[in-house]
Amino acid sequence: MKARLGPLGLATVLLLGVLAVVTACAPLLAPQDPNQPDLFNALAGSSGTHPLGGDALGRDVLSRLMFGARTTLLGPLFTIVLSTAAGTVLAVTAAWAGGRVDAVISRLLDVLFAIPGIVFALVTVAVLGPGMTGVVAGLAVAYTPYVARVVRSAALRERNLPYIAAAWVQGRSAVAICSRHLLPNLRPIIVAQSVSALGFAIIDVAAISFLGLGVQPPTADWGLMVKNGLDSAVRGQPMEAVSAGVLIALVVVAVNLLGDRLGRQEGDLR
Amino acid sequence: MTEILVRADGLQKVFGKDMVAVDDVSFTVARGQSLAVVGESGSGKTTVARMLLGLETPTGGTISVCGRVRQGRAGSAERRRRAREIQIVFQDPYSSLDPLQHIGDVIETGLALHFPLTATERRTRALELLEAVGLTERHAVMLPRQLSGGQRQRVAIARAIAVEPKVLVLDEAVAALDVSIQAQILNLLADIRERTGISYVFISHDLAVVNQISDTAIVMAAGRVVERGPTAELLRTPQEDYTKALLAAVPRPGWKPRRRTPSPSGSPAGTP
Amino acid sequence: MSNDLLVLDQVRLDIPAGRDWRTLVENVSLTIAPGEAVGLVGESGSGKSMTARSVLRLAPPGARLSGRIEFDGTPVLDLGPRDLRALRTRRIAMIFQDPRAHINPVRSIGDFLTEAMVTHLSVPAREAHARAVRLLADVGIADGERRMRQHPHELSGGLLQRVMIASVLAVEPDLVLADEPTTALDVTTQSEVMAILDDLRRERGMAMLLITHDLELAAATCDRIAVMYAGRILEVQSAETLVQTPRHPYTTGLMVSRPSIDRVAHRLPVIAGRPVAAFEAGAGCAFQPRCTQAGPECLTGRPPLRELAGAHVACVRAEES
Repeated sequence: MKARLGPLGLATVLLLGVLAVVTACAPLLAPQDPNQPDLFNALAGSSGTHPLGGDALGRDVLSRLMFGARTTLLGPLFTIVLSTAAGTVLAVTAAWAGGRVDAVISRLLDVLFAIPGIVFALVTVAVLGPGMTGVVAGLAVAYTPYVARVVRSAALRERNLPYIAAAWVQGRSAVAICSRHLLPNLRPIIVAQSVSALGFAIIDVAAISFLGLGVQPPTADWGLMVKNGLDSAVRGQPMEAVSAGVLIALVVVAVNLLGDRLGRQEGDLR
Repeated sequence: MTEILVRADGLQKVFGKDMVAVDDVSFTVARGQSLAVVGESGSGKTTVARMLLGLETPTGGTISVCGRVRQGRAGSAERRRRAREIQIVFQDPYSSLDPLQHIGDVIETGLALHFPLTATERRTRALELLEAVGLTERHAVMLPRQLSGGQRQRVAIARAIAVEPKVLVLDEAVAALDVSIQAQILNLLADIRERTGISYVFISHDLAVVNQISDTAIVMAAGRVVERGPTAELLRTPQEDYTKALLAAVPRPGWKPRRRTPSPSGSPAGTP
Repeated sequence: MSNDLLVLDQVRLDIPAGRDWRTLVENVSLTIAPGEAVGLVGESGSGKSMTARSVLRLAPPGARLSGRIEFDGTPVLDLGPRDLRALRTRRIAMIFQDPRAHINPVRSIGDFLTEAMVTHLSVPAREAHARAVRLLADVGIADGERRMRQHPHELSGGLLQRVMIASVLAVEPDLVLADEPTTALDVTTQSEVMAILDDLRRERGMAMLLITHDLELAAATCDRIAVMYAGRILEVQSAETLVQTPRHPYTTGLMVSRPSIDRVAHRLPVIAGRPVAAFEAGAGCAFQPRCTQAGPECLTGRPPLRELAGAHVACVRAEES
């Protein structure tokens, strides 16, 4: 697929690329141990050793941002991988089988769609206890219809094309037709839809962490940093909250832009 | 007495509660015969084609192909067996091929399903088939979008004959093609029939095309057969008013378009 | 010359494709006299539709249109937006292949028919309604009052195309551009719609440019026929003489390769290869690669239209075939 992203699209890809590298290499790149308290650095401003200063416990904010990227971004990523997989399977099954199967799956998706992701995550966290596992499990269910509904209608359109009928008449099995013909042709729309869902998932995960129900301290996380940073901000040191907040916003905008571009390319290809 | 390959008896298809698309349609297709199913839009001719292929389930009546009655859902082995009996070429050459599948692969997939061939044998056979429909090795590595409408229709024909069916259903298979390409495809179909002795069920609204490609024809209107007979006879001495009207509407030298005598409602029969 | 209602002179249309331009129409010259019906016949890519659209400057966005288009003495390519709109609404009307795509689905047939009369011709609403019912009767729809209240989805394709024709008649244009008006219709409906169009056009003295792929349909309904291939006109002749003595090998090929209801050929005589668009054609005559008559002289430049026994033909070997 030849990408025609434009300058803005290129900038988003670049930003997300840099983030991915930082996330992967955080232990190598971080100037300090993110969990090492240093009372001399508590609520300190920018300095040579601590470019973004320290938090209330004196931990290095820059290092915490770098390590925090892992939980902040990997959580939503897992969420979307899970919901895309589940959503695609449900969507293709519904579109292929049609009739009653389609009706049941569609109603189920409608019901899920009506419940906000945060509410879902709160329930799973209540059951599984605070932590990333509960959040990811809850959000993965909540985001399944987001992917499934769009993919289902695309699959329905595709499924009624004569090339699918031709494969059926040739004696190919339903599984082979779905995996060899339907899925490859749906791939662009699946990718576009899940990337734009990723943007929302990042916000949701950050929000849940902000509520203190996601990642547990002392693990670094952008959502938590915004929360803890608010106290520091009241005490005159806004760097932590601002930097984490700005990063969340930047990533969400970048991901949404990317999803938008991918979606538009899908439109162009048709 | 030649062998009857397709026997449709009292076929009926009702969509929803009371949309009768096909009503009491019977016909047979003998080995090597070319039967045309003629009709205008809404006549039910395409539904007949889809029922023959098992893409729609008849509401009533029976279809037997190669002496076996087709009924119920088929398992995978039965479906593969049916595939060797009857194949189809669709009208729209643009949507009848997977846009992501290479042409050679389109043919090879069908071969792999039905014949125990090695990869090399399969490839050779696929190239033979492409050559048989007027394409070359060069086309095998292309994607559908790199081909013209006529070439895609050739691929669709190659895909269908690859599994060596006894009967080929052609659902308006030349209707979407340019005049000069239409003639090429009609000749190709005539060549294939002469060479292999395959039978055709040729679904069409175009009487001139039907005249060229079929031995016998049935004329359908509003889901029913209104007239049947040898094509030449049917076109020369039509008995039913509907067939006459169809014939009279075909532009040809000396022809002038005619207004039908307005019916009391002001709209001709069949239009809501 | 000055009697002509429409004059196309060396009309050329290019559309942008990445950094390049693609030629769809290449040096088309054609005239239509008042009240005359001209058929523009060609296969896909021939540029026949684009030629018709060019008359109303309905070319695709970003397209480059050049040459001279004169309607009733007015150069169409120089018209300002206001005059162009007047031309489109009052003088030249267009009928499309798919009426469903060109009639607003959420408004009633009555609204569709009276709108143009009320807004462009300042006809009072009540009178416009009465006139619309009369027009529907003219196109063979007797229960006009009922149809006026219906919506497009309640009408069949054939009825809708007749509504389209009625809407064209409402403004009594001087020229009708009919772009494959019956291609989507059944043959019996096609016959009827063409008959209606023909009758009403003659009664009102309207000229028509009929764009079609069907040479026989054009021959039956038009006075003259122009055959297009790869963005150029290859032949222009009166309909009557064209079907008897086609001068261009392509025209001949089109006629003989079409199956007939009167006879069965063992194999149809075919034109090899596929039709190409103007930008795909190589040097020389665009039809030369598919032509059985082609000789070395066909490779040097596109042959211009020249007169030959009352016909105009763009073939250097026309005398020999």
